[in-house]
Amino acid sequence: MKKFLPLIIIAILAIGAYSWATGFNNTAVEHEADAKTAWSKVESAYQRRADLIPNLVSTVKGYATHEKGTLEGVIKARSEATKTTINAGDLTPEKMTQFQQAQQGLSGALSKLLVTVERYPELKADKSFLELQSQLEGTENRINISRDRFNDAVNKYDKLIKRFPQKLFSSMFGFEEMARFKSAAGSENTPKVEF
Amino acid sequence: MQFLIFSIQSLSNIKHYVFTALCITLFVNTSFAQFDIPETPKFQTSVYDYTGSLLSSNQKKRLEQKLIKYSDTTSTQIVLAIINSTNGENINYLGAQWGEKWGIGQDKEDNGILILLAKNDRKIAINTGHGVEHLLTDAMSKRIIERDIIPYFKKGNYYGGLNRGSDAIFEVLKGEYKGSRKSNNNDFPIEAVIFLIFIFIIILISISKNKRGGGRNGGRRSPSINILEAIILSNSGRGSYHRGSGGFGGSFGGSSESSGGFGGGFGGGGFGGGGASGSW
Repeated sequence: MKKFLPLIIIAILAIGAYSWATGFNNTAVEHEADAKTAWSKVESAYQRRADLIPNLVSTVKGYATHEKGTLEGVIKARSEATKTTINAGDLTPEKMTQFQQAQQGLSGALSKLLVTVERYPELKADKSFLELQSQLEGTENRINISRDRFNDAVNKYDKLIKRFPQKLFSSMFGFEEMARFKSAAGSENTPKVEF
Repeated sequence: MQFLIFSIQSLSNIKHYVFTALCITLFVNTSFAQFDIPETPKFQTSVYDYTGSLLSSNQKKRLEQKLIKYSDTTSTQIVLAIINSTNGENINYLGAQWGEKWGIGQDKEDNGILILLAKNDRKIAINTGHGVEHLLTDAMSKRIIERDIIPYFKKGNYYGGLNRGSDAIFEVLKGEYKGSRKSNNNDFPIEAVIFLIFIFIIILISISKNKRGGGRNGGRRSPSINILEAIILSNSGRGSYHRGSGGFGGSFGGSSESSGGFGGGFGGGGFGGGGASGSW
């Protein structure tokens, strides 16, 4: 019996360590998957906005014939924003910054356009423009919501893999920190689409 | 040695807290909830007036009944929440988070709608769950607010606006989802079948009794009137024959009553930020 005692202790310790490691691994996998799902929702919200723009541009074009420059700016920013996508498995801080910059470029161009709209009362009363405007408002709200939920999901995941004992195993199991959305300087307020 | 381990651990703890604190200040400040969404209520119904004074209790009850009945037949849960102010927060943002937190609508269908009214901000928002977004689109929500709700609100008639607004929502959602309250546990409507058998038995009994000797009922009335009378005056309790049908009246009332909030409560529906808002 005495001979086996150390073996038994080692076996118990090994089983304990193993179950702890699988537990940690599985929870981290779950959190990671949740964060990725949240990311796909962020992208689809931005995609929704991009999809609205061609309609918006053509509607505005019908009334605001002198705003060619602004309209072109929006179209350019849109193509820039749709070009910049990130694979959910590759959410590094650099790519995140790129993505955000592209989307912010579009936000800026859009708000510029909506300011010029002020000069065209007929456009402002146009039915399809009003519908587009409310859709745009809803989409901005969706973007905000999905961004915050993504940040929450990433926060949960990062917290798990960065805690002390887990931290030692995170890289071993291939869990890397995910990047969050940051509020860019001067963009604390969402682009206004109200009039 | 023990102290050393302890201090290392506490150091990493501090680091961790500083890190989270930093995260919170860096990333959440753009949209930090200034309005605390109330905890999911235990009794889950359709109208919550946190101001306590916008609707009279009678009006509140009528709206509540209406929305619960709608939920019974369509499973679509429409909740009306009335608050004083969003404390500066975007009302649509707040509404989406609110609906998500309470889980309004069914889990699989995500067919919840939260109408959020901020009295002092003079703002109202319709927030749609994922499952109704394709019908009650943002543009449609906006239209309902502008055309159906706000004209009443401008005259100070809150009940009128909310009543008309909910009707407009019903129209938009027509026939999309089917209710499941009456057959919650079972797809087969056993209650209805039992109910029908019961009626059948009553009719049989009344016919046979009348055949045997109309004298018991005075013989002045025809059997068909008796049946009708039994159903109408089910609680009057005259004679043994009436007593039997009185029992049926009670049990029927019990099973069809819908004043107890949503059947099964909020179902856990999700909100992604759809909807629109307007002010008056």
